[in-house]
Amino acid sequence: MTGAKARPDWAPYLVLPVVAVLALPAMAFPTWLTLTVAGAAMGMMLFLMASGLTLIFGLMDVLNFAHGAFITLGAYVAVSVLGRLAGLGAADSVMLNLIALAAAVLVAACVSGAVGWAFERVIIRRVYGSHLQQILITVGGLIVAQQLVIVLWGPQPLQIPKPAALRGSFIAGGAAIEAYRMVAVALGLLIFLAMHLVLNRTRIGLLVRAGVENREMVEALGYRIRRLFVGVFVAGTALAGIGGVMWGVYQEIVTPAIGDEMTILIFIVIIIGGLGSVTGCFASAILVGLTANYVGYLSPKLALGCNIALMVAVLLWRPRGLFPVAKQ
Amino acid sequence: MRWRIVSGDRPGHPVATALLLVLLVALAFAPFLFPGTRSVAAAARICIFIVLAASYDILLGYTGIVSFAHTMFFAIGAYGVAIPLANGWIGWDAVLAGGLGGAALAAGIAAAIGLLSLRVRKIFFSMITLAVASLAQLLATQWRDITGGEDGLTFSLPRILSPAFRLLSDPVLGVRIDGRLITYYLIFAVSLALFWLMLRIVNSPFGRVLQAIRENEFRAEALGYRTIVYRTLASALSAGMAAIAGALMALLLRYNGPEATMSFAIMVDVLLMVVIGGMGTLYGPALGAAVIVLAQYYLQPGLQALSDAAGALPLLPALFHPDRWLLWLGVLFILIVYFLPAGIVGSLRRRSRA
Amino acid sequence: MPEPALLTLEGVHTHIGRYHILHGVDLVVPKGRLTVLLGRNGAGKTTTLRSIMGLWRASAGRITFGGADITAMATPDIARRGIAYVPETMGIFTQLTVRENMLLATTSGRFDEARLDGVFALFPVLKQKWHDAAGGLSGGQKQMLAISRAIVEERRLLVVDEPTKGLAPAVIEHLIEGFRQLKQTRTTILLVEQNFHMARSLGDNVAVMDDGRVVHTGTMAALAADEALQSRLLGLSLASHQ
Repeated sequence: MTGAKARPDWAPYLVLPVVAVLALPAMAFPTWLTLTVAGAAMGMMLFLMASGLTLIFGLMDVLNFAHGAFITLGAYVAVSVLGRLAGLGAADSVMLNLIALAAAVLVAACVSGAVGWAFERVIIRRVYGSHLQQILITVGGLIVAQQLVIVLWGPQPLQIPKPAALRGSFIAGGAAIEAYRMVAVALGLLIFLAMHLVLNRTRIGLLVRAGVENREMVEALGYRIRRLFVGVFVAGTALAGIGGVMWGVYQEIVTPAIGDEMTILIFIVIIIGGLGSVTGCFASAILVGLTANYVGYLSPKLALGCNIALMVAVLLWRPRGLFPVAKQ
Repeated sequence: MRWRIVSGDRPGHPVATALLLVLLVALAFAPFLFPGTRSVAAAARICIFIVLAASYDILLGYTGIVSFAHTMFFAIGAYGVAIPLANGWIGWDAVLAGGLGGAALAAGIAAAIGLLSLRVRKIFFSMITLAVASLAQLLATQWRDITGGEDGLTFSLPRILSPAFRLLSDPVLGVRIDGRLITYYLIFAVSLALFWLMLRIVNSPFGRVLQAIRENEFRAEALGYRTIVYRTLASALSAGMAAIAGALMALLLRYNGPEATMSFAIMVDVLLMVVIGGMGTLYGPALGAAVIVLAQYYLQPGLQALSDAAGALPLLPALFHPDRWLLWLGVLFILIVYFLPAGIVGSLRRRSRA
Repeated sequence: MPEPALLTLEGVHTHIGRYHILHGVDLVVPKGRLTVLLGRNGAGKTTTLRSIMGLWRASAGRITFGGADITAMATPDIARRGIAYVPETMGIFTQLTVRENMLLATTSGRFDEARLDGVFALFPVLKQKWHDAAGGLSGGQKQMLAISRAIVEERRLLVVDEPTKGLAPAVIEHLIEGFRQLKQTRTTILLVEQNFHMARSLGDNVAVMDDGRVVHTGTMAALAADEALQSRLLGLSLASHQ
């Protein structure tokens, strides 16, 4: 996604297929197919949640520990929206079901983006340039945001109604494939493609790519990178909100800790992918999703540990992640 | 006063010195000044959190690294004591072996994390410690045979420390000299010794190198200091101290579980203590620990009163619900990072220098 | 008749962290001329350029450009007033193509073809590498790209920091030729240079810095003719370093 490369570097692209093929002999084919689809779906949702964080870091060197709060917010907005649209969600029509989900996604994106805008103004703006202060202040923001979610929606877990048609599954290649997972994969791919187009085909995307590499030079060329960053921050938090909707609906239950639980996975994803790289984020999100599902099936107790092991392995191999971003 | 015993590192402002002396005297005579199980327990918590926050300050304040695994080390020390005692090995040797073994294990893990993640990129460190801490939490709750899972481990202490033990048959100044009191003074003495040791360390040549690295990593590297080695050592030292604090916590509670020593809430408390008191001063976190522990003990009832007073109004009762005290600590934390980034002691020092 | 000043610095002080780097820089860059800023390493040349661009903030003094006070302006606003900056590190976006690098320097997002042809005439290699990643260019080609980016649209002032640093002699000759052609278009240029050969063959005016101050200003012709002055200023500045 970062334009033409000086030297094509194929090794990181091979990681995904290698992992998928290695898992195949350990299980029956239909199981493998089910798990692969589940892993891809989880990966797509992780990508939605993580892509904003990696771009925010890449562009402004800002590490937002409160990113998970926007996932939580998205999930809770989905609870409220799908609760209101219960008629559409329960209707015996795929179309109406999808409209209910789309409404939840849109509202969550708007709410998360708006809160993200405020968060950037109030919290982030004053701590540019100091990682230490950023981490401290965003941890403070995370605590406040999480507590506010509890104030608004209560501390108890809430059911989130998955639209009726998306509960079912269909048989392909001898494996049962849940419809919702396909929706998640489709949405993830759609957003990845849209990001790809924006980054590579528009002037704003050009500025973002340039800014990730050398923001001082972008300013010296006459661009106000602050505005650009606000835009990226809002987009990133909106995407986190969308990820929260998709993940919440997938789990069918939402707790105030939903964002925190994902934050750790998201950090693993962006570290493996290479901080600041959208392509890396996409590949590593799917890698993490696949590994979690394969290992979760083969040895459930190792599920979270395997992601950390994966991160350690990747860092030992490539200390700056699979797709390192050149920084000046 | 003979500042030489603390390597000439003074609190730096008369107010800070006075506050610290008050704290020292209050803690030294806590069972006599504030009798009652609840207040002595609060004093013991303050002692333990002084060590925990100061050890975190070695990392945060003296090297500028943010770790989220500090409570993991705290918990390792606590489990180190809890596991042998809960399995029937009740004796001083078990307490000592558990506490020191936990400290060694914690230092080893910290060194391993440090060597891996400080090598790659400083910013990775925070994220990696968060992941490792969550893994540890998972282990503690899943590995029931050893850790007792969510329920944790309850155990009895060596006879001298048990509440039923009487050292003297008659009370002194109206206070019974029992196992609880001895436990308190054990915690107090070990905490004081560790705090003093940390003061010596940060003011030793080693501590000065750490500060040089924090100020300017490239310059320190250019001067020939291997920053990774120093950071890793600081990280291991900090972890070992945290583990001993954890061992003391286990002695105080006669129990250990994931919620008691490794929850994210405790991590937030420690961050608050260090930031409120003043990063990189060591004295600051000691004051911060006292402030936060006292707030925990006495703020929650205050919130309850506010919540009741707001009674019929919309949303306000929920905002002031005693369980939402973390919300207000979070707000306080943000305000301090903005407006008082040097913390109490740091700001006072700056004032006396000006 | 002397040209009117386009850029002036009066008593500029700049601190970087705890370090006081510029101790009252006074400098005048006349319109339509090439002014060379000489001085040994650490004299404050790069800091002067960065202070002009607002990349480091002057703590005292005044910087005016085309009559306007730009001392406190944000970097993008300074650039938009018509200053093109080529930093010592060149500031090439290695992940972007040559074309994309150049495109970023256009205000409208499209090229003025005639001007682009002029750039290609100056540095033909850029036309060959047009769609390649800039990270793959050689050091000299990157410097050509950096300068081309500064001139792809008309600017009122070019601020160039040590373009010959680390380049082979043949490439330096090529760059000198490029600057010569630029001078014919009466572009105002402020050039930091350690290579006295290049400085002498291009400079109209010269300012010599030492220890955070400008210690000499005059015409390049006068400096080139006066060997005693050269050895006093440059012996102190250049020879002491070499």
